[in-house]
Amino acid sequence: MAVFDALLELADDHLILGHRLSEWCGHAPMLEEDLAMPNMGLDLIGTARTLYDHAGKLEGKGRSEDDLAYLRGEREYRNCLLVERPNEDFAHTMLRQFYFAAFMRPYWLAALNSTDEVVRGVAGKAEKEMAYHIRHAGEWVIRLGDGTEESAARIRDAVEALHIYVDELFDSSDAAQEAEAAGLLPVRADLRATWDRTVAEVFAEALLEQPTAAYAQRGGRQGIHNETLGHLLAEMQVVHRAHPGARW
Amino acid sequence: MYSQGLIGADNRTEETPEFLARFQKRIDAEEKIEPKDEMPEGYRRTLVRQIGQHAHSEIVGMLPEGNWITRAPSLRRKAALLAKVQDEGGHGLYLYSAAETLGVSREEMTEELLSGKAKYSSIFNYPTLSWADMGTIGWLVDGAAIMNQIPLCRCSFGPYARAMIRVCKEESFHQRQGYEIVMTLAQGTPEQKVMAQDSLNRWWWPSLMMFGPHDADSQHSDQSMAWKIKRFTNDELRQKFIDATVPQAEYLGLTIPDPDLTWNEEKGGYDHGPIDWDEFWRVVKGHGPMAKDRIKARKKAWDDGAWVREAALAHAEKRRARKIAAE
Ligand SMILES: [Fe+2]
Ligand SMILES: [Fe+2]
Repeated sequence: MAVFDALLELADDHLILGHRLSEWCGHAPMLEEDLAMPNMGLDLIGTARTLYDHAGKLEGKGRSEDDLAYLRGEREYRNCLLVERPNEDFAHTMLRQFYFAAFMRPYWLAALNSTDEVVRGVAGKAEKEMAYHIRHAGEWVIRLGDGTEESAARIRDAVEALHIYVDELFDSSDAAQEAEAAGLLPVRADLRATWDRTVAEVFAEALLEQPTAAYAQRGGRQGIHNETLGHLLAEMQVVHRAHPGARW
Repeated sequence: MYSQGLIGADNRTEETPEFLARFQKRIDAEEKIEPKDEMPEGYRRTLVRQIGQHAHSEIVGMLPEGNWITRAPSLRRKAALLAKVQDEGGHGLYLYSAAETLGVSREEMTEELLSGKAKYSSIFNYPTLSWADMGTIGWLVDGAAIMNQIPLCRCSFGPYARAMIRVCKEESFHQRQGYEIVMTLAQGTPEQKVMAQDSLNRWWWPSLMMFGPHDADSQHSDQSMAWKIKRFTNDELRQKFIDATVPQAEYLGLTIPDPDLTWNEEKGGYDHGPIDWDEFWRVVKGHGPMAKDRIKARKKAWDDGAWVREAALAHAEKRRARKIAAE
């Protein structure tokens, strides 16, 4: 079912990135970030929950948000590869956040015109959240790029490592294409120019070179992930799976 | 969380009797003392230490619960736990700010925590071993924190009292949320019920220790009471906590792990069995099962984050210089 699959891809992106951010909780470089990263994580997990719930209802097989989040394995997860990349260091984490938000902000703005009422509802809330994520993560990209020698080297490393995952953001799977054709979701490829502009502005201020990727790494939408996702899911799902059918 | 009966405070003062009497008159008149007001050095020192310990407890307290965010068994619980741990960080932030009004910086306080010089609540030196601990900590540990902190809302030092008013609202939300987690488990599968009871067994006594030593062994209480930093003694607060919590456990069908626990009609409260104070002092002194790991985790976060903080400073400095150059 195309709409179900397309919503699932979107929900998986949000849950996995939210989970990654939550891994920082209590270990951030400063107390302010111990508040800001969970904040962003909560935005993402909140969006994921609404999307899973909606997808489950459209599917009509009685699957709940938790069934979808906790009872699928890594081959069934459909998130893009960018969001599952490990936190590595604060530079990687902030750049990953910035790249994702720079994509999702125009996505949700366009989704305000969706033919689906739930999607419009999510878009109204998430577009504002993503504006904040762009600002917060973008400011860090600038501070790190134009900070110390070490911070500049680290953010350059992050660009080097993460840029190959950018193109996948703009790909639409077959399911997504169907949902796009029906006016339910925005056309991903249309958002490239906006993304490029957002990134160019921040990179100029961060004294970072405009990146070009030697190639594009894809696979998440087909369930071909990096090895790291299986570990994330094993941790996330362990309690839930150990007690089949239990209520929490 | 989380103030503990103050550990190792030193209330000596050297001011003249006239000055101290004048100060005491303000306290007795329930006036709030503000950072710029004159105050005895002992008063200032006691507050710096207490607010610092309290702030550190909030921060270290993020670790045991943070340990389960990535494994929370439902998305609703995951979001709620993440938000809860974030609230604790927020409490730390208000408290460091309150302490800073007394002339100590957050960096100084952090370094004292990492060097082991500053203490924090002994409760966080116990490990979280099951999902049920997320319920029990909210129920008992945040519950004990509320008992300690509601009177602190009337503390004579204005910034501390005001911070506590904000914090207490969130702590009571945490307490209800924790109780609800435990209730769900207690009414769940047999395995979930065992998990809930095991968790109560492990956290009950450490929660009672959170109120600090018995009044008879707590030498600094009197001065803090006179200065209205403290309004109730450790034993009074512990009694209130036990009396409030025992019926809650009964309602859940869980057993408090104290065979000596009995209702005392005459005093209108419960009598409890002996607390293992040797364990308490061991844990406070950093020999708890998790003490080394907790400080190691905080130190790692601090050390690994040094380059980020340096970059932020360097960038702010560059911006300032460019602004001046442009003018
Ligand atoms: Fe707290
Ligand atoms: Fe709390």
